[in-house]
Formats: sequence, C-alpha cells, structure tokens
Amino acid sequence: MNNTEIIKKSLMKRHLAESRFKTYGILGIISATVFLIVILSTIFIEGKSAFKSTYIKLDVFFDPSIIDPDGTRNIDEIRFANYRKVIKNSLKNYFPEVTGKEEMKSLTELISSSEEENLMQAVLKNNDLIGANKKVWLKASSKIDIIHKNPEMKDLSESNRLISDKELEWFDKLTRNGDVKFSLNKIFFLKADSTEPEQAGILGSILGSFFTLVITLILSFPIAVAAGVFLEELAPKNRLTDIIEININNLAAVPSIIFGLLGLAIFLNVMHLPRSAPIVGGMVLALMTLPTIIIATRVSLKAVPPSIREAAVGLGATKFQSVIHHVLPLAIPGIATGTIIGMSRALGESAPLLLIGMVAFIVDIPGSFTDSATVLPVQIYLWKSTAARGFVELTAAGVIVLLTFLILMNALAIFVRNKFEKKW
Amino acid sequence: MGFWSFLIIFCFISFYVYWYSSTKALKFNANIKNGSKLPSLPSYYGTYSFFWLILPIFLILVTWFFFKPFFLDILLIKKIPSDFLTTFEGNPDMLVDTIKATNPEKFFPGTNPVIIESAKYFQNLKIISDSYVYIGTLLLGLIFSTFSLRKISVAFRARQAVEKTNVNLLILCSTIAIITTIGIIFSLIFEALRFFEKVPIFDFLLGITWSPQTAIREDQVASEGLFGAIPIFTGTLLITLIAMAVAIPIGLLSAIYLSEYAKPKIRATIKPILEILAGVPTVVYGFFAAITVGPFLKEIALFFGFSIASESALAAGGVMGIMIIPFISSLSDDVMSAVPQSMRDGSYAVGATKSETIKQVVLPAALPGVVAAILLAVSRAIGETMIVVMAAGISANLTMNPFESVTTVTVQIVTLLVGDQEFDSAKTLAAFALGITLFFLTLFLNLIALKIVRKYREKYE
Repeated sequence: MNNTEIIKKSLMKRHLAESRFKTYGILGIISATVFLIVILSTIFIEGKSAFKSTYIKLDVFFDPSIIDPDGTRNIDEIRFANYRKVIKNSLKNYFPEVTGKEEMKSLTELISSSEEENLMQAVLKNNDLIGANKKVWLKASSKIDIIHKNPEMKDLSESNRLISDKELEWFDKLTRNGDVKFSLNKIFFLKADSTEPEQAGILGSILGSFFTLVITLILSFPIAVAAGVFLEELAPKNRLTDIIEININNLAAVPSIIFGLLGLAIFLNVMHLPRSAPIVGGMVLALMTLPTIIIATRVSLKAVPPSIREAAVGLGATKFQSVIHHVLPLAIPGIATGTIIGMSRALGESAPLLLIGMVAFIVDIPGSFTDSATVLPVQIYLWKSTAARGFVELTAAGVIVLLTFLILMNALAIFVRNKFEKKW
Repeated sequence: MGFWSFLIIFCFISFYVYWYSSTKALKFNANIKNGSKLPSLPSYYGTYSFFWLILPIFLILVTWFFFKPFFLDILLIKKIPSDFLTTFEGNPDMLVDTIKATNPEKFFPGTNPVIIESAKYFQNLKIISDSYVYIGTLLLGLIFSTFSLRKISVAFRARQAVEKTNVNLLILCSTIAIITTIGIIFSLIFEALRFFEKVPIFDFLLGITWSPQTAIREDQVASEGLFGAIPIFTGTLLITLIAMAVAIPIGLLSAIYLSEYAKPKIRATIKPILEILAGVPTVVYGFFAAITVGPFLKEIALFFGFSIASESALAAGGVMGIMIIPFISSLSDDVMSAVPQSMRDGSYAVGATKSETIKQVVLPAALPGVVAAILLAVSRAIGETMIVVMAAGISANLTMNPFESVTTVTVQIVTLLVGDQEFDSAKTLAAFALGITLFFLTLFLNLIALKIVRKYREKYE
C-alpha cells in the first residue's frame, strides 16, 4: 500500500467525521427547537379548553314566594333571597324522578354556585322577571365541565370519573335533549381567583400585574436612564464609577429570589410597608430591572456617533447640554426597546414576589397600588398548586394569557426598534 | 389633602415658580441699560428656583413614604389602652395588623369595640398625617424657592449651579446600584447572624439532616428542628448537574453550528428562536415540568419496570437544562465568532478539515469564553427558583439518585418564608442563611466568569 492510498483511506474517514460533526450541530439546534415547540404546544393544547365552558339550559321559574314573599320589590329582600332554591326547583322540574335529600343535593351541584348571583343580578335589573318563567343558560359546575370536555372519561369506572353514575345519567339526559352547550368562558376574563375552578378568573391578577409594572416602570426608568447617562457620558474614570459599574454587572446576575429576601427584610420588616401590595412588588422588581435598562441605555448612547457631540460642543453647548439636547433624544428608541424588554422580564418574574406575600389567595379585583393583589405568573403558580382537577386547564390558560402579553410586549419592542432606531 | 389634589397644586406651583423666576430674570436684564447682563439664560434662573421647590418636597415625601407605616404603627400602639394590649392573644404586631385590616364602616359583628375605635383612629390618622405632610412640604418648598429668587444677580451663574445639581442627581441615581447591593448584603447578613446565634454555623454547613419543623407557639411541644444544610446543597448540586448535562451538549453544539457552519441568514433566524427559550417565564417551565415531564418520566419508568418519584430531580433538572440552553449557546457563539479568521485559515492551509479546525483550533482558542458561559449558566441554574419550586420536592433527601425527589436552596427559601410566620424563629431566619449562601456562591461564579470574559476580550480585540 503506498502513501496515496493510505491518505485516500484516511481522507474518507476524516470526511465522514466531518459530516458527523456537522450533523451533531444540526441535531443540537433541532433538539432545542423541538423542546420549544413541545413546551408551547402542550400548553396550548392543555389550555385552550379553559376559554370555553359548559352551560346548561333550564326552565327557571322566578318564584315570587322565594324571591319576594311580601311583594314589596324591596331591594334588600331580592338581594338576599335564596336563589339556590330557585335553581333547585327548576332542576326538580327537569328531573321529576329525583327524590331524596342526598340526591337532590348532588343534583343541585350540577350548576355552578356563581349562577345564584347572576340570577339575582338579572332580577335586580328587571323586576318583571319575578313570577315569570324563562329559559336560561346556566353555567355548569367544574366536574360536569370536565366530563363534557373529555367525553372519553364517561367510560371510566365510577370511582375514577369525578362524577357518580347518577350524575352522568342526568348529564346524558340533558345532552340528549340538547340542553348542554359550550360557550365562551366569560368569568375567566372578568373575575379574580376563586376556590371553585369554574368561577376563577384571571382579571384580578392581570390588574395586579398592571399595577406592579406601573410602579416598576415609574421607579426604574428614570433612575436607570439617569444612571446610564452619567456612566456613559459624564462619569470621570475613577474609583467610584468603577465600583458602580462592577455593582451593576453583578446585580444583573444576582438570582431574583435574593431580591425577594431584600424586599422582605427591608421593605416589609423594617419599613412596615403593606404585605401583598403591588407597590412593594413594583419596588422589588424595579431594583431587578434597573441593570437591564441601565445596560440598554449605555449601549444605545454608545451607538450615537461622536460627531453629534462634537458638533453640539463646537457650537458652544456645554457637555451636559450636548448630552441632554442632542445625544439622549437620539438614543431614546434604543432605550425604549431595552425598557420594554426589561418590563416583559419583570412581568414574567414571580420568585421574589412569593416572598413579599403576593401569593395570597385574593378574591377581589385590586383597585389601587396598595390593595392586596397577586400577579399573572404567581396566579399560575397558585393554580398549579391547587389540587382540584379543573385548575389544570386554568393554569395552562393562564400561561397562554401570560405568553400573549409577553409576545405583545416583545412585538412592540421589535416594532419600536425597526421603526425608530437610527442606523449610523 | 389627598395625593391627587396635592399633585395638581404642586404642578401649578412649580409652573408658577418657574415662570415667575425666569420672568424676573428677563426683567432684570431689561433694566440693565449698559454694562454686562446676567451670565446665564433666564430659563436657567427659572430652573434654579424650581429645583429649590421640588428637591425639598421630593426629599421629604420619599422619607415620609418610607417612615410613615413605621411612624403610624407607633402612634397606633400608643393609642391602644395598655390593659387591652396585655389581654390580647398574640403579639402587638398581630393586633396592629388586625386593626389595620378592620374597616370601621363595615366590620364583622362581634368585633371588639376597642379594635373598631382604634381602626377609626387609624384611618383618620392616615388621612390627617398625609395632609399635614403635603401642606407642610408645599409651604417649605415655597419658602425655599422664594429665597432662591433673591439670588438673581449678575454675580450668580445659574447655568453652572443647575448643571452641577443635575450631575449630582445623576450620580445619586447611579449609586442606587451600590445601595441595593449594600442593602442585600446587610439584610442577609443581619438576619443570618441572628440565625447563627440559634444554630451554630458548623451545624448548618456540615449537618446532614434538614428538618426545620420548630414549634410555632412557645407552649407547643415539638422537636427543636434540625438545620443541617448538606442535603440541600447536594440536592442543588444534583439538579444543577442534570441541567448542565442537558444544556452543555445541546448549547455547545448549537453554538458550534451557528458560528461555524450556518449561513448568516440562517444564523439570524435560529439565534432569536433559541433566545425565546430564555424569554419564556420560568413559571411556564415549572408548569411544563410538573404537569407534562414528571408524569411522562414516571410512565416511561413504569414501562421499564421500575418506579421513580413524580417530583424527581430528573424532571426539574431536565427542564431547567432546556431553559439554560440559550445562556450557553448565545455566549459561546459570540466568543467563537470572535476567534480571528486568520487562525482558521492557517488550519485549513495545512490541510485540516472544518471539524478538525473547530476541534483543534477554534474551540481551544474560545475555551475561556466557553468556560465563562458555562459558569454563568451554572450560577443561573443554582439561583433558579420557580421550576424547582413547582417540579422538585420539598423533603431534603441526601441522595445523588436522579430518580428520587430532592430539594434545593431556593425551594427551601420559598417554603420557609411563604405563609404567615413569626420573624424571630430559627425556621424563618434559616431562609436568610440559605439566601446568603446562595448570594455569595452565585456572586463568586459571576465574578470569575466576568473576569474571564473581560480578559479574553482583551486578547483578541
């Protein structure tokens, strides 16, 4: 065997190794992309069913003897009437075969208890309903909803199925008569948390996130831009600015939960600021977001060509004037992009907020910066930790809402960058 | 006076002060018939007076914001009759919280009248003290800015004064970063020291049993609680190792492909897609790990005939690895692209194939940067909270078996601190001891990584 043959042989080997190596790289990228797709698609598949919910059509008789026994149309009387009984009676008419206290109770549980309040509101709005018969779509309870969404569960044995054979029989009767339908789950978009899956909504935590982010923005944006301007444009090179710079770089990499410990120890324990309030959450997130915006500010200031500064100074502006009047305005699009990205990160952050009490179970929709509130990602965490089966799809739906907001914010950032950022 | 009316009045006054002061400067200039006029533009005199209005107001309001709750609590406790204070079950803090939570208009029937009285007093106090502060600061600001008007003269350089104040304000904003770091270190050290008073530091660092169940009330009979953190550290190590086992190969191979093989156009599309992985909130990964990956792994294990915990380290670590991929791929890609083309050309010239060049020239040259990327990723994995809180367990098992459930530092911090706790029990203070360990560990990793990156950059630029 001569040398050429040896080389030829080894060359083939080497080329094989070459293509193998390239394939490994492609495999790396493919697996990362597949992970992303799998994560997003499982969540969408799991969560999309939470946006619709099951409604049951019943012939409701607004019995005057229950709602308004005196016939005075007294508002308090109407408000505190027993609407559960109204629903119970109409169910009794639908299922005349049901007798017995226990069975009656589980029959009433077909309908979500939130409907009592809805009936009350309807009566308050229209007093003429009293004494009338009306066909009404009522929201089904969570377990009926789950069976309706997963028909394959009907074949399971009674103990594995969430609902009893009797309840399934009633549900089948309703389905046969065409009195069951899917409809948009309005409660999910209009309510705050609840112990019952079919009554829990996301609006409370969306508003909580909104109040928190407003505080974060108000605090972090001006401070970060000021710090960025000083460090990039005006700072003398000395010990202090060195320390500040090292500090900012380190803060950017401190685990977020440490900020939660800081908030707990200082804002809550020393300063006695209110627990669970968006104002404290906003302050903690502002400290976390500062480095992001400072770094974005510095990068976009750096991108402004020196000729701008020189021209301003050449015409007699002071250094400060040249920065504030000329350089900073040109850097605004970049700063805005960085700020939006920082805010979207703050929106997805939950660990520090767990420690300052924003994990409380809050049924009211927050109305101000000091009300107890929770935020979107923490709401997702709370629902995930709840045992009831109906909360799984709610959790996934919450994730979808959160991701939608994040996508919107990032799209806005990309739009701002493409539309306003100047390439020099 | 409420906050919004204060804000409106404040805006009016500040416009007025600015306008008055700059007009005064204008008139001053107009009166000078010959000789030199004011050294700065009239607007700078306006801004100068405005600073004297806003700075004192701002300073006082910020101080008030931070001290108000503290101050009001003291006033409230003073107001509560002392005999009621002693008969109340629980500590004074709880009483204060109860009073604050009570709405004097709509209280539960059977609420103690003293509490309702105090709640009324507290609500009044909040409103009255706010109005006093608002009116006081406005007056003070007005007095200061009126005095500043007297400085308008040829001898006073307003622009220099304004710019100096501005720069000082910018410096103040920059020091917030330092203040935050100091705040973190001090609050952690302070609480951790209180913990080490109760539990010796070596018991904490070297103990092998972690069961922080201490008595909640003093008279309750319960075990003292054991605070040996070794199981937590090994748990964190295990999950980090699993995460790295997923992230390093995938991240590094992706980075090699992106920087060496991919055409610029493909690189420009793939890189952002990988970075989406870092942008997805960690709570989403936690949900995915707990709901999908955990049960999936369990089923696979059952198929092969053994059983694993549903909160196994494997599920949490694996999903965390997916999250970490872009941290490794992005930075490694950058450092590999920074390796000069001449080095590759030299390698090709002696007959090496592309993969040989990468393995023997590019990777060794980029190694420090890759190491730094890995260190940063490790620090990120150690500090990651939500994925492990949702998908890993809370029981501290001392094991290196990835199929068992382990706990991490962050999980324990959250478990110890979520919920109502007394703040002087060893249980809650332990969270701060864990926190300071976490802080210094990640700080150490970050500092090394940043140092390597900086040194490396200097070499090729």
